[in-house]
Amino acid sequence: MKHTISVLLQNKPGVLSRVTGLFSGRGFNIESLCVAETLEPEVSCMTLVTIGDNFIIEQITKQLHKLIDVIKVTDISNKEYVEREMVLIRVKAEASTRAEVLRVIDIFRGKVVDVSPKSYAVEVTGSASKIQAIIDILRPIGIKEIVRTGTIAMARANKG
Amino acid sequence: MKKITGSQAIVKCLQEEGIKTIFGFPGGAVLDLYDQLYDAEIQHVLVRHEQGAVHAADAYARVTGKVGVALLTSGPGATNGVTGIATAYMDSIPVVILTGQVPTPLIGNDAFQEVDIVGITRPCTKHNYLVKSGIDLIPTIREAFHIARSGRPGPVLVDLPKDVVAGMIAYPEIKPIRMHNYQPTYEPHIGQVAKACKAILSASRPVLYAGGGVILSDSHSELTELATRLNIPVTMTLMGLGAFPGSHALSMGMLGMHGTYAANMAVANCDLLIAVGSRFDDRVTGRLDAFARNAQIIHIDIDPTSISKNVKVDIPIVADCKYALTAINNWFNSEKSLSPGETATKNQAWIDTINTWKVEHPLCYMDDGDIIKPQYVVEKLDELTGGDAIITTEVGQNQMWAAQFYKFNSPRRFVTSGGLGTMGFGLPAAIGAKMAFPDKHVIDIAGDGSIQMNIQELATARQYNCPVKVAILNNGYLGMVRQWQELFYNKRYSSTVMDTVPDFVALARAYGAVGLRAEKKSEVEPVIKEALATKNVVIMDFKVAREEGVYPMVPAGKATTEMLLV
Ligand SMILES: Cc1ncc(C[n+]2csc(CCOP(=O)(O)OP(=O)(O)O)c2C)c(N)n1
Ligand SMILES: [Mg+2]
Repeated sequence: MKHTISVLLQNKPGVLSRVTGLFSGRGFNIESLCVAETLEPEVSCMTLVTIGDNFIIEQITKQLHKLIDVIKVTDISNKEYVEREMVLIRVKAEASTRAEVLRVIDIFRGKVVDVSPKSYAVEVTGSASKIQAIIDILRPIGIKEIVRTGTIAMARANKG
Repeated sequence: MKKITGSQAIVKCLQEEGIKTIFGFPGGAVLDLYDQLYDAEIQHVLVRHEQGAVHAADAYARVTGKVGVALLTSGPGATNGVTGIATAYMDSIPVVILTGQVPTPLIGNDAFQEVDIVGITRPCTKHNYLVKSGIDLIPTIREAFHIARSGRPGPVLVDLPKDVVAGMIAYPEIKPIRMHNYQPTYEPHIGQVAKACKAILSASRPVLYAGGGVILSDSHSELTELATRLNIPVTMTLMGLGAFPGSHALSMGMLGMHGTYAANMAVANCDLLIAVGSRFDDRVTGRLDAFARNAQIIHIDIDPTSISKNVKVDIPIVADCKYALTAINNWFNSEKSLSPGETATKNQAWIDTINTWKVEHPLCYMDDGDIIKPQYVVEKLDELTGGDAIITTEVGQNQMWAAQFYKFNSPRRFVTSGGLGTMGFGLPAAIGAKMAFPDKHVIDIAGDGSIQMNIQELATARQYNCPVKVAILNNGYLGMVRQWQELFYNKRYSSTVMDTVPDFVALARAYGAVGLRAEKKSEVEPVIKEALATKNVVIMDFKVAREEGVYPMVPAGKATTEMLLV
């Protein structure tokens, strides 16, 4: 099963390689990994998407927690949460397909962020499945290049 | 505030940490520190290879319970230490390794003798640091000691660029270390303790399975109290030997691949397995689905990642073994309904069964006239030292025979590379142990192959009048590997024949040590007696039966009940 794990860690050199080294050394999967500063510049937040059964996910969270530089580990897929990913897609946009491309972008609430005579660069934000959906739709038209950020996620606030 | 140099500060800091002896080897990047050590009160032991420095510091830690310290130069000095660091890491031994590094402006330039030792050792240290400025120097070293010795202990490396060590700093005052990101759990969950105690009471076939964690947390007396009060048989891992007296009636000795018949049968048939500071290593469990198949499992460990890593645990207790065992003992003490008479005979039927297993298949070997059996040498060492020497080992058959035939009655007497199985560990480890306890007999039970991996440390032992004894069980083979080839590769002894070895007696003399040899069984005892009476370093070369095997043996991947016996 896919799990989204949020990790707060010290913003120090080498911390990222401690995490990636842990995953490669113990044979855990990383689907995607995003990391940036939080409001406190000395703390970073990492969102990690990984796949494994409960046994493995338990090991992953414990092993992450064991790293000295890690402050907090939350498997947020156990909770209500929002996830977002952004993708930039350079898609073929010639006279015959331009309208079609624009319509698709519109449906996905995307934005055209760069234009050339033969292509558009498109920005789309959403859940991983939404990103996958627009990729699947644009692929037959002709995707020239694609860059994804990987997922970031946040647990929903308690209601009430 | 008055400023001092980084190297003065480091020495002061080491003294504050209570460090009296460190092990190391100099080089360009650590010259400032060595200059400072020249007239410092800390004793520096100059090894002959950096691997030896780390092993010696590691063994110093194993026998004293304090943090060991190794000092290495940059580049090759640091990389030579890596095997030692990995050895300490696998066995959770508190060691602080200080490495020199090129000056900060040169880092990343492929400068002379530069390696990214922090990158290299990241997966085999508990934590590591590169100190980038003087202001961080002392706080980092203090934190390194704190991390090394607390929680599940382990090696911590601090990489020290030359300019940082040479620079001037204000020495920071000592204050308690608070790390909000690192807070090991010492106290057990009281609810879990009660659950465990009730499970212990209702079990009729319980087994205590004690590992190195009992020794690291100094909880052997708490363990003994629990075992004897409730009449629970005890088995120990290689790392746990000495956690419970080996000659006690409740001891079943070691379990696992070369464990005793009784221990492996007991674990296979128990209804409750109480794992204390042990980690269900594959050499202990054999085939996992057959391990303690019908048992409920209690697992006490300070490291949450050890729990339910290999085997699903029913009652986990994340805590320091000492705290957890104390809580368990207290629970039983306050349980008024338990009469001591009742608990002392509890499990008696089970103990009787175990005793028949002990009698059916004790640890044994076939005598063979005047040929020296390696097991006999270990038995004699045990007898002639009153079971009270510190025994270090190399790796292979020698290590297993030491574990089987020397009866360790106290903790911190058996110093062996368990997790990594590092050949070459025993001699430098013996030096580290002897530096800590100069008045105790320290004996490296060695193989003819392993001893050659760090034989150069004989010079260190000589230089510091550190009269360690080396007992080579000389079988002319890389014996343990040969045994696997014998059993599983049709006796094709590919590259395990070691018939070209030095004349160890002459070699000992070349180092200014004493060399003794025994070729017949009758010579074993006199040789050991002479060695023990000698004030110098001694190598005993025992020419033992060449193709002797270590038994019982559970072939890798088999259930632990599928033992090959003598
Ligand atoms: C550094 C290292 N290299 C290789 C091995 C694999 N190995 C394990 S036991 C062994 C044989 C050791 O031979 P010896 O020291 O003569 O001991 P014996 O088994 O004969 O008692 C070897 C090669 C190891 N454990 N460590
Ligand atoms: Mg040998």
